[in-house]
Amino acid sequence: MANKFIIATAPHMHSPLSTQSLMRDVIVALMPALVVSALVYGLSVLYVTAIAVVSCVLVEFLIQKYLIKGASTLGNLSAVVTGLLLAFNLPANIPWWIIVIGAVVAIGVAKMTFGGLGHNPFNPALVGRVFLLIAYPVQMTSFPEIEPVVGGIVDTFSGATPLAAVKSGALSVVDANLGSMFGGFTGGSMGELSAAALLAGGLYMLWRRVITWHIPVAVLGSMAAFAFIVALMQGGGAELYALPAFHLFAGGAMLGAIFMATDYVTSPMTPKGMLIYGVGIGVITMVIRLWGAYPEGMSFAILLMNAVTPLINKYVKPRRFGVITAKK
Amino acid sequence: MKTFPIGGVHPSDNKKWSCNKAIETLALPDVVNIPLGQHIGAPATAKVAKGDKVLTGQLIAEATGFMSANIHSPISGTVTAVDLQPNAQGLRQMMITIKREGDEWMPEIDRTAEVKRECELDSAAIIAKIKDAGIVGMGGATFPTHVKLSIPNGCKAEFLIINGVECEPYLTSDHRTMLERGEELLVGVEILKKALGVEKAIIGVENNKPDAIASLTKIIKEKKFAIEVEPLKVQYPQGGEKQLIAAVTGREVPPPPALPIHVGAVVCNASTALAVYEAVQKNKPLIERVVTVTGKDVKNPCNLLTRMGTPISQLLEMAGGLPEGDVKVVNGGPMMGRAMVNVDSPVTKGCSGITVFSGDEVRRVPTSECIKCAKCVAACPMGLEPYLLQRLAAKQMWDEMEVERIPDCIECGCCQYTCPAGIALLDYVRLGKQTVMGIIRARAAAAAAKK
Repeated sequence: MANKFIIATAPHMHSPLSTQSLMRDVIVALMPALVVSALVYGLSVLYVTAIAVVSCVLVEFLIQKYLIKGASTLGNLSAVVTGLLLAFNLPANIPWWIIVIGAVVAIGVAKMTFGGLGHNPFNPALVGRVFLLIAYPVQMTSFPEIEPVVGGIVDTFSGATPLAAVKSGALSVVDANLGSMFGGFTGGSMGELSAAALLAGGLYMLWRRVITWHIPVAVLGSMAAFAFIVALMQGGGAELYALPAFHLFAGGAMLGAIFMATDYVTSPMTPKGMLIYGVGIGVITMVIRLWGAYPEGMSFAILLMNAVTPLINKYVKPRRFGVITAKK
Repeated sequence: MKTFPIGGVHPSDNKKWSCNKAIETLALPDVVNIPLGQHIGAPATAKVAKGDKVLTGQLIAEATGFMSANIHSPISGTVTAVDLQPNAQGLRQMMITIKREGDEWMPEIDRTAEVKRECELDSAAIIAKIKDAGIVGMGGATFPTHVKLSIPNGCKAEFLIINGVECEPYLTSDHRTMLERGEELLVGVEILKKALGVEKAIIGVENNKPDAIASLTKIIKEKKFAIEVEPLKVQYPQGGEKQLIAAVTGREVPPPPALPIHVGAVVCNASTALAVYEAVQKNKPLIERVVTVTGKDVKNPCNLLTRMGTPISQLLEMAGGLPEGDVKVVNGGPMMGRAMVNVDSPVTKGCSGITVFSGDEVRRVPTSECIKCAKCVAACPMGLEPYLLQRLAAKQMWDEMEVERIPDCIECGCCQYTCPAGIALLDYVRLGKQTVMGIIRARAAAAAAKK
């Protein structure tokens, strides 16, 4: 017979999923937040995003080609995702050279040093952000005043984010404009503006089964619960509901819970492990926000829990088929 | 709708090509090759020699011990060889070769189409008849049915579960059998109930076969069978014995070495139930079965009633021949079937289908780095961590693999199917499982020797 018989062991079918398709879905899910940001801050958002993405891709390309000397890994699109997430963590008016330094730290130090995608213990975009936050605190925390493309509905904080304003005592959470924070018309890092747009992206990823609900729900749920208990101990009143709602919509809560904490490589492998990890992030974030030196603690919390992930993977095991019945 | 509790995947079932094709009888082969080992357990012992004349349905090889099965001649003619022949994988295996001369059946076999409902035999007599007929699990596992029906001391069967799930994509042989031979199959189920002494029998059928569910339900109602049909939510690997028991009864078989009987369940394949009917009521041994021949580029996908030992090439010809170019011909379905190099090898008792892959399907997807997406952990129906087992196997860390419960693996392939990085997880897991099981057996043997 003219046929050539190919043999391999089962299974002989494969799901349509690939690393590339998953990363493509994450990119799509980030688009609503990018659009809101561009509408609020204008074209500088696209400029910052483009620089971040191009530098991340370039750094990965150069290191893979000249230091690791391996086949190109750009096809898996993970460098694009890191670039987008890094940009989302920056103010829209940041100088271009700081973005490039952020990309070198994110991809060069946090990712490729460990062998590239799949081997990095910490979320690359967050390592880049935290490095920049410590190295360039002034540029990283001065946000442009909002000059919205869509006019009329804006309640500006002229530079200071709600979290910073609350921290310094300039703003009470009860007075914060939650509607504006949810919609995206309150100042802050580019991608953190609109809780609604980030939630839409999260729902898209859930629908496409890119992520499961465990981590976002654990992070946001534990933050809300923590804020509620704190408000209760401080005497309740109007803060009882304002404090949890404020913290869910402020700063990097949504971006962190939906896009950063769910990073495959640096989060646990079992549903139970994901819940533990998510609660850890929520609690640490709230502790830093309420009692720490920084107004925002999401990045630190995620990086700290990234460090705990291997330990969680070692001790938290999936339910074994058959053990339930055996106990009866 | 019920299903099993942990993991599972949803591959496209691709049954549309063959599920509406009625069972056709394949022309008798001129020559058959009958492997002596085509079931789990010891290969049968040949009872014929070169030059012997045999009739259709005549015993030609006898079970070697309890854990083995009889084999009968599927045609009448002359034995031309009892020798080593290449099997589907190209490995040489003991086979009986028979050249066909007409088709003369053993006289005691009832070949009429009349459905015989009453069965006067007691449990032991039924099991003996099943053993004589050489019946084994026809879903692919080929576990001798008489062994399954012999309940170990201290255990009691409560349920008989008939596996009509056919969760393997592409395959439709059980589907067509349930649809076209429903009444005889149900009599087979009643006989199995009697053999086991159980009151309750449930046929689990996935919901992608509504016609089979409707037809069986109708016959049960009209002819008053005490059998239930349970439609199940479509999910692979629901046809796995443990998954099916959990889906139908909610009981989970404890980890190995526990068996289904420890939760009171005995599972038999739907086609096996029909074979039981034919053996007990019609004295007909297991000499033919329905084989689905299908694939994306197969011209005429079909369900063929085929005598055992027929060369697979004859079935492929009936289905319109192989597509052009590189192909992967799989004995069984795409998730657990075995790719073959020798299409002249024979149809055996466990061959429920021949799936032909062509074009892009024949090669595996490219492999990249594990991104720890946890999809394999979520997909594993046994609650294992395939990514971890893969790493341990790659490093030959056998003791650690045992701690990570590698013997639980049922080799369903969900992990590898779902892996976005295209890692051959099951290859590593299978290697690890074989090695660890070897270590466990050696340890048990050493402990026994000490005593």
